[in-house]
Amino acid sequence: MAAPSKQKTRWHIAVFLAPAVLVYTAVMIYPLFNTLRLSLYSEIDQERIWVGLQNFRTLFGDAIWSDQFWNALANNGWFFLIHMLVQNPIGIALAAILSSPRLRFSAFYRSAIFIPTILSFVIVGFAWKLILSPIWGIAPGMLDAIGLKFLYQPWLGKEEYALTTLSLVSVWQYVGIPMMLIYAALLSIPDEILEAGECDGITGMAAFWKIKLPLILPSIGIISVLTFVANFNAFDLIYAAQGALAGPDFSTDILGTFMYRTFFGFQLQLGDPHMGSAIASAMFGIILIGVCIYLFGIQRRLRNYQF
Amino acid sequence: MTQIRRIPGTAIAAHAVLITYTIIALFPVFVILINSFKTRRAIFRDPLGLPTEETFSLIGYQTVFKQGDFFLYFQNSMIVTVVSLTLILLFGAMAAFALAEYRFKGNTLMGLYLALGIMIPIRIGTVAILEMMVSTGLVNTLVALILVYTAQGLPLAVFILSEFMKGVSDDLKNAGRIDGLSEYKIFFRLVLPLVRPAMATVAVFNMIPIWNDLWFPLILAPAEEVKTLTLGSQVFIGQFVTDWNAVLSALSMAILPVMVLYVIFSRQLIRGITSGAVK
Repeated sequence: MAAPSKQKTRWHIAVFLAPAVLVYTAVMIYPLFNTLRLSLYSEIDQERIWVGLQNFRTLFGDAIWSDQFWNALANNGWFFLIHMLVQNPIGIALAAILSSPRLRFSAFYRSAIFIPTILSFVIVGFAWKLILSPIWGIAPGMLDAIGLKFLYQPWLGKEEYALTTLSLVSVWQYVGIPMMLIYAALLSIPDEILEAGECDGITGMAAFWKIKLPLILPSIGIISVLTFVANFNAFDLIYAAQGALAGPDFSTDILGTFMYRTFFGFQLQLGDPHMGSAIASAMFGIILIGVCIYLFGIQRRLRNYQF
Repeated sequence: MTQIRRIPGTAIAAHAVLITYTIIALFPVFVILINSFKTRRAIFRDPLGLPTEETFSLIGYQTVFKQGDFFLYFQNSMIVTVVSLTLILLFGAMAAFALAEYRFKGNTLMGLYLALGIMIPIRIGTVAILEMMVSTGLVNTLVALILVYTAQGLPLAVFILSEFMKGVSDDLKNAGRIDGLSEYKIFFRLVLPLVRPAMATVAVFNMIPIWNDLWFPLILAPAEEVKTLTLGSQVFIGQFVTDWNAVLSALSMAILPVMVLYVIFSRQLIRGITSGAVK
């Protein structure tokens, strides 16, 4: 390396930053903006031409496209709602129980409950598909054992249940993450605060609702936004369990699978990178809106308590 | 129990809830594993029974080994994961050091720029990434996957590591400077060893998503010789849907490496999450 001139051309700073910034810019940021740019083009006679917002007009205006888009978006919204209503409360409840003092085997429970989270969607998707399958009969067999056989349905094969079932499978898989984060937040609450509460007669459940829950609200906020981002760019589970067509009859189609199908094509439809980019741009917008609502609307109102 | 004490009802209730949920969490994995060692008949007749002497069978595993190149898939996954993690840690630590240690113009801005990627998923840029990989001839190579995962892991790595590096004592670094160590030596010899726990946390956080990813292998590297284990098992299972022995065995074989990794690293992972590294 050339010796830096006497005063401060601190080359080492550039050397330290360069590899990370280059890889990050070239493989993440540049393609991101390039994708946004590509959504303004179209391919006609094998030539890429500028079409402005035409792709978006097609996506939102042309019934063939807009029906699919709104269907995927609505499904995605339902997918997210189930996560918020089922995954996070279960995660919080488990964390609250785990964090109670003098609980035996808590390390074992923690590790065991976290196991589904480390498995890939492919494993999880197929495993549940087999278990719920009417051919194998584990699910109906077990319902039969407790006298509830009449409740059994081929859940993944019915339009009205498939999406909810898959959302619950995803909840089953990811409950470990809110559990761990909330658990960490609960452990960081100093004992003095809880003892002060005890002196005022606040114990047990009341201590949870009145003292702990308000203190872990910032963590719940973070978990919500992480869930939002993960859900609105989910793909693997649906693809592994239901294929790219997100059956039955697109009832489990979400933005990720819709974008994949559009980009690569399926059956008779040819792949279209520009429409794919348009969908990706819409996803980008949705995620951006969600993150901004969190950053400016929610996070600012939650006070972070420093202990 | 050596000591007689009253077990309060709440403790029993707590254990009951936790045991119930643990069973819910482990049941599917357990069912897949036990059935992968059974004959086809036993799989259907008694899906919840453990394999016995009569019902024990390895036919599924034989099919898997004959038909699928699982060792190759495993090797590919291993290469991609290990190389990506190394690059994330090295590049991430270097950038984190620059941001945490030096005051220079644009420091905050650079920090924000690198942090953007924490919230924005790299998948959004897939169309352009594929186009770029095609034009550089990297499509269907492991390099493409490594580059993508490195870029994806860097933002969080830089964020976590720079928080930790701010805590490294200035006296130590200045002592090194007085002894005439270059900035590079200060970084590699003094600072890196001190942030090792944080590096382990970053490694564990990145390991599982990289190993399990289906999207990028499917799009950037679907060719047989570069398939990762996740994609390989997905394709294999898709082809053998009706061969239950093979499907169950393939699933078990896909579960195994992750479980081994988890057993080795679970302490680190749980400590990493609970230490609040992701706040």
